[in-house]
Amino acid sequence: MINSVYRLVEPRQIEINYEQIDLGGADVLIRPLYMSICNADQRYYQGTRSKSALQEKLPMALIHECVASVVYDPLGEFKAGDYVVPVPNTPVEKDDVVEENYLRSSMFRSSGYDGFMQDIVSIRRDRLVPLPQGARLEVASFTEVTSVCYHALDRFDKFSHSRRKRLGVWGDGTLGYILSLLLRYIYPDSEIYIFGTVKEKLSYFSFADGTFDVFDVPEDFYVDHAFECVGSAASASAINQIIDHINPCGTISIMGVSENPVPINTRMVLEKGLVIFGSSRSGYKDFKNTVEFIHNNPEIENYYLNLVDNVVDVRCVDDIHRAFSNDLNKNFGKTVMKWGI
Amino acid sequence: MNFALVLAGGNGSRMGNTKTPKQFMMLGDKPIIAHSVERFFVEPDFEKVIVLTPAAWVSSTKDIMRKYLPDMTKIVVLEGGDTRNETLMNGIRYIEKEYSLDDDTIIVTHDAVRPFVTHRMIIENIEQAKLYGACDTCVPATDTIVASEDGKYISSIPERRKLYQGQTPQSFKAKRLKELYEQLTDEEKAILTDACKIFSIKGEKVAIVSGAQSNIKITYPYDLKVAGTLLGVEVEDD
Repeated sequence: MINSVYRLVEPRQIEINYEQIDLGGADVLIRPLYMSICNADQRYYQGTRSKSALQEKLPMALIHECVASVVYDPLGEFKAGDYVVPVPNTPVEKDDVVEENYLRSSMFRSSGYDGFMQDIVSIRRDRLVPLPQGARLEVASFTEVTSVCYHALDRFDKFSHSRRKRLGVWGDGTLGYILSLLLRYIYPDSEIYIFGTVKEKLSYFSFADGTFDVFDVPEDFYVDHAFECVGSAASASAINQIIDHINPCGTISIMGVSENPVPINTRMVLEKGLVIFGSSRSGYKDFKNTVEFIHNNPEIENYYLNLVDNVVDVRCVDDIHRAFSNDLNKNFGKTVMKWGI
Repeated sequence: MNFALVLAGGNGSRMGNTKTPKQFMMLGDKPIIAHSVERFFVEPDFEKVIVLTPAAWVSSTKDIMRKYLPDMTKIVVLEGGDTRNETLMNGIRYIEKEYSLDDDTIIVTHDAVRPFVTHRMIIENIEQAKLYGACDTCVPATDTIVASEDGKYISSIPERRKLYQGQTPQSFKAKRLKELYEQLTDEEKAILTDACKIFSIKGEKVAIVSGAQSNIKITYPYDLKVAGTLLGVEVEDD
């Protein structure tokens, strides 16, 4: 079957390519319904990744956050019309120690492999997580980023000591919002504080115990553990501020992506005996747990509505450009594309 | 209930010197008709995909379907008629006999030689046919269209912004199409070669579904080369 794939061929230029899908295999065909734009997609689109990364990875269909419906399953395990969340990570080997999202051999959609901006996506059946009835599709498109937070919290639980009276989240963007929200539900007895720079964004964190402007944090305010959700050029200042405001033997979870090496105050890391760990992406297990978690805590969907900055009806390539342009100018939240192309 | 009717009635007379009807020519590793039928085969909204083909090609078409489609449970191969509309009627007669026709029976008809049709076009065809009774997939005309009564001189140049080029799918409420077709005289049947025109001439609305420039009809050898280039495959060079 001939499929249309919407690939970024160079920054701000999307072309339609045609490829054949083999119907003779066991893969499931899904139709993307809603997609949300991640900062990583935006960096490719704007061409702010390094020249070598762009040369290596383009042309490529963007988008790794999506909710879809099943069109055709040759084995009949999924029913046509079933709503599913596709996992963008595709492992090609099994490892008893290293999780699938850290295996260097794994293929990740919209990072070297085609993402979901396609008419129909052919996908391995073990990469599909069924979505319960009644889920709100536009917010279900955030499942991937939620699963990344869920995965980071799973690691936090393994690596951190049990004193979790006060938890700090640095970053007042989407990642910080989702992570903080999960913290609120998973650790209801902990105090949660948000550290950011934009008053308006901080006001959205109504579920937190308090918020701070990073330029105005009391010197004697300490957290037991911290999460860095800042990334980019501000990573260094955020991580160093965390080191200043964390109690000894705390953990620092690094989640923000930085294009450049980040200098940090290692002397104080040593003196305080801190544990610093990184988390990136997520795997099938995290997606499954995330879908269950949101299903069991349906009020999270209401908070998520705050994150829907804009739903762009995409019916042609120009609409994709409009969505990325809107996303660049957004104040807070996620740009969602309703995929009608 | 929805049915796809893939029309493979052409004899390929415009396809250069080849004796093979264009829909049976290879595009990449399979015939053009197989690509087109696959697209409808995977769509869950269809009860059956009915392939209508010239009498001489019925057996070959069945062979092609068995070879290239994952299974034949959803596929029916029938002989087409002498004209496009007669071919459509053969499909409708089959549906009437096997399932009966009612007001909700939708047929989505498609040229076998348009393998680049998309999911969105198919779904919107079903939706619009349900709403309006008939719809046509079109793209805005990009060339200036001129009309000539005698083939020598221009008699008029219609305003381009009002002009569209018709593609397929074209979709209908099957029962209504049959009723309207049966009201036509033999002369009218000979003139009304396009099923949408039957609705239109009887004053019934025909909705427009947005097509795409890529939804090309492979009519000439040049088109096959374009299709091969789009798909990044070698094509037969007849």
